[in-house]
Amino acid sequence: MSENPAPLLVIENLHVSVGEGEILKGINLEVLEGETHVLLGPNGGGKTTLLNTIIGIPGYRVTEGSVRFKGEDLLELEIDERARMGIGVAFQRPPAVRGVKLRQAMEVAASNGGLSEERLGELADQLNLRHMIDREVNMGFSGGEAKRSEMAQLLAQQPELALFDEPESGVDLDNIAVVGEAINHLLKGERVSQNRSAGLIITHTGHILEFVNADKGHVLYNGRLACEGNPLDLIDEISRQGYEKCVECALCQPTS
Amino acid sequence: MPTDQLSSAATERLEEIREAAEAAAGKPAALGPDIDISRFRTVSEHDRIASLDALERQVREVALMSGFTAEEREERSGSYFQLDRTPIYEKVMDAFSGQIEIMGTEDALKQYPEEMLEKYWWRAVDPGKDKYTALAALHQTEGYFIRVRAGQKVDKPIQACLFISESNVSQNVHNVIIVEDGAEANVITGCNIHTNVTEGLHAGISEFYIGKGAKLTFTMVHNWAEDFDVRPRTAVIVEEDGVYINNYVLLKPVRSIQAFPVAKLVGDRSVAVFNSIVSGSKSSYIDLGSESQLIGAGTRAEALARTVSRDSSIIYSRGRLISRNNDSKAHLDCRGIVQSEESTQWAIPDLASEGAPGAELSHEAAISPIAAEEIYYLMSRGLPKDQAIAMITRGFMDIEIPGLPGPLRKQIDKAIEETAKEAM
Repeated sequence: MSENPAPLLVIENLHVSVGEGEILKGINLEVLEGETHVLLGPNGGGKTTLLNTIIGIPGYRVTEGSVRFKGEDLLELEIDERARMGIGVAFQRPPAVRGVKLRQAMEVAASNGGLSEERLGELADQLNLRHMIDREVNMGFSGGEAKRSEMAQLLAQQPELALFDEPESGVDLDNIAVVGEAINHLLKGERVSQNRSAGLIITHTGHILEFVNADKGHVLYNGRLACEGNPLDLIDEISRQGYEKCVECALCQPTS
Repeated sequence: MPTDQLSSAATERLEEIREAAEAAAGKPAALGPDIDISRFRTVSEHDRIASLDALERQVREVALMSGFTAEEREERSGSYFQLDRTPIYEKVMDAFSGQIEIMGTEDALKQYPEEMLEKYWWRAVDPGKDKYTALAALHQTEGYFIRVRAGQKVDKPIQACLFISESNVSQNVHNVIIVEDGAEANVITGCNIHTNVTEGLHAGISEFYIGKGAKLTFTMVHNWAEDFDVRPRTAVIVEEDGVYINNYVLLKPVRSIQAFPVAKLVGDRSVAVFNSIVSGSKSSYIDLGSESQLIGAGTRAEALARTVSRDSSIIYSRGRLISRNNDSKAHLDCRGIVQSEESTQWAIPDLASEGAPGAELSHEAAISPIAAEEIYYLMSRGLPKDQAIAMITRGFMDIEIPGLPGPLRKQIDKAIEETAKEAM
């Protein structure tokens, strides 16, 4: 980025409980315009909790701290208001919605800017979904189809901040490549005129980083961001040592 | 009908029908609340009209809600309009002349007495079934007769409207549709009442005969009122390679409706499909279903029902599949959403194999709310909660109904839209 990018998402001292248990115990994270962040961490570490809190899914109780998007307090807003402000999400396991077609879901996602039949066709082709467009969304979709469908909806939405929850889980290599390419389109700007989206990618395995370049990596461990660094270095460390050792190593300076 | 020129067989048949009906005159139906039919008088006579444009504007608008259009020249192959007692308008468009016959059933009995009595008149439905069949047999008030001649594929829908304009009456129609061998037709019927009618009864007998290789798509839209009772009695006989598709739509309140149409798949490879979209509101008592009898070899049947209930409405969604042939297959799919704590829904699938070890019968029945995660999913794409619920409700009720003409599709979409809005 040539100019000084402004902070897009600012999370300060975020504590989140689900039921009786505190899952997030003081998260600090800043994502600047156009940046791509990767959130690594073991299962059960709180990655999806963080993502669902940003989106606004009920049941995630913020007990302390703040989440701001483009300077505005997100926690006061409904899910759909956050989406219309420019937050998009690709779910790990999106629910099947009987009676609502993939086409409709894409049209809904694009409603800020509208979606021409031509653009819809382009996106469907790009993600190899042409034959699925009039099927009920996620109804009987394979793992790869569901991920591609999520990406088609995100590309239709063109959010300023895109959140990806385990985009490679349950997907074969061919599909990871298609999904990775779509993420790149979104994050790097498909067309010159198009703004780049910022991204926050949640990944357990890190495989998606073979296809997507990320600027910063974080490890979410036991409800805290244990360290920050070059994503590939972090992955390398984790693959050699495992998460437990990784968060103790020299790379992992506490971020707060 | 004049009985003096009838053959002795026909005269005997008339006598049998009368006796069966008289014996059942006080017999309550097996299902649904019992109605005191003595408090209704018979519907009145009216003058015939030369064109649908002559219909009172209000009548025309109500009829349009069930797919009946005055723009018949463009969109229809023929029309039948019955106002209370009288078929005030019957017309086959010139382009379809010789392919279709449309008239009131009393005329059909006069014109084809022997054929009607031998093959069609009370041959599918038993006049002694209950007091409503008896009422229609003993005090019939017309109904439509539609015949599609052999081999004719009628590409525009035939429309029929049974309209009631007065309160405290019973309209006891008896309808017959014959689709001869190799013919195809799409019939849209609307049953409506005038906006100022409150109480009344509609007892409708419908007997449909689908010939060899013939196909009938029959779509019925009901618009009743809160104090109106409805008791249709329908049976369909499908011969070899014949196809019967029944679409039923009820979106307005009714005091009570009870119907259980039966398709008898007597011919080999014959098919029946029942689709229904039902929205219960206010204090409606709705008991609907269908029965498919798989008698011939290679027969197939499918029944899909979508029910949404609110206020204090009660819905019974029934489906019965009976197989008597080893080579037969059928599936039921009924899903309901209960939207109010005062409302009740029953989903009652009912399967039977009568000595048909090879028959494959299956069902899926579910009553459940819209899942919160589905609502959140659409919200996460930017759709406000109320619109997300409306979209899912609309999708839930929007089963693919084949052969539905555009204007009716729009009417149904609009009505579902309204139902979905009220669901919020």
